[in-house]
Amino acid sequence: MSYTKTAKALHWLMAALLFGLLALGFYMQDLPLSPEKLQLYSWHKWAGVTAFLLVAFRLFWRLAHRPPALPASMPKRMQFAAHAGHLLLYGLMIAIPLSGWLMSSAKGFQTVYFGVLPIPDLLDKNKEIGDLLALVHKSLNLLFIAVLAGHIGAALKHHFIDKDDILTRMLPKH
Amino acid sequence: MKKIILALALATAFSAQAVEYTQVQPDKSAINFTYKQMGVAVDGKFRKFTSQLNFDPTKPTTAKATFEVELASVDTGAPEGDQEVAGKPWFNTKAFPTAKFVSGAVKPLGGNKYEVGGQLTIKGKTQDVVVPATFTPQVNTGVFDGSFTIRRADFSIGEGSWAKFDIVANDVVIKFRITANSK
Ligand code: HEM
Repeated sequence: MSYTKTAKALHWLMAALLFGLLALGFYMQDLPLSPEKLQLYSWHKWAGVTAFLLVAFRLFWRLAHRPPALPASMPKRMQFAAHAGHLLLYGLMIAIPLSGWLMSSAKGFQTVYFGVLPIPDLLDKNKEIGDLLALVHKSLNLLFIAVLAGHIGAALKHHFIDKDDILTRMLPKH
Repeated sequence: MKKIILALALATAFSAQAVEYTQVQPDKSAINFTYKQMGVAVDGKFRKFTSQLNFDPTKPTTAKATFEVELASVDTGAPEGDQEVAGKPWFNTKAFPTAKFVSGAVKPLGGNKYEVGGQLTIKGKTQDVVVPATFTPQVNTGVFDGSFTIRRADFSIGEGSWAKFDIVANDVVIKFRITANSK
């Protein structure tokens, strides 16, 4: 039993995109104001919107295609933890771009996808709310990194310690 | 008797027309601007300016207006933006603390519309500008609204790495609302 090709493609595409977004997000923030910084902010926002579209499609795909069951050798408690972790990952993959979008609106910098498609501002410009949402975006990202560390750690444990097929069944040639 | 009342009524009506608006109300006035950052419109404003105004709607061509905007009072929407535009490549507020508009010819366009010619000086550079404005009289006050577009490069606003227009566009729309009391 394995995942569908689409599920695998989405998993690795999003992994690459999200690592890029995390790195870019932390990097761009500390730069002194310059044309490059504004450029990077726009790229970050465009990539973030792309990640949101991808996760929306991924969720839809996930609901239509059941993933392979976890190995029966896994204790119930661990199976529950795995499902809870995945639910949390999905939740964060939705909440993080949403908070970024709302933050941009509140800060008065509308998101225009690839510079051509304006995404409506749900919030009016408001400094306090903007700062608060920036903190929310940052905190969710820190939580995301912690959950990702657990996710990757668990995958490696399954592969090297439990020696089951949890990691390999997500790989392209399985 | 009727004639006297009519004359009085006319006289008051006339004197109500002939008021001159001179007292600008800073708390009911605003100078805002809009520019495009990578194609996305971003708003900002100036918090402080001083002004002298003489406007009599019955004699608009003699109207005079001078505005001096404190450039360090800029609000770009982000604190690091405010700091940046005060610096040398942008306004260079140390050397050029204010922007100044001095009106020239005022042309009534009919109705409440006017065209105000004038000179705008920013960062040591002076340009002729034409400012379309409307005037709306209210009880004891009058409100001037208008907007016009300047090109930041004409005033060397945003030099060096900012000089290209791909990130911050050249056109900047200045929007104002000035509320003035009559004397
Ligand atoms: C899954 C998608 C996303 C990820 C993983 C992500 C990640 C990050 C990270 C790690 C930071 C640095 C946080 C900090 O140190 O304060 C950041 C900042 C930022 N993100 Fe995102 N982001 C995503 C989506 C978005 C979206 C969709 C937008 C806007 C449409 C956005 C707008 C921003 C902005 C404006 C900042 C800078 C915040 C500031 O200057 O205070 N992000 N992002």
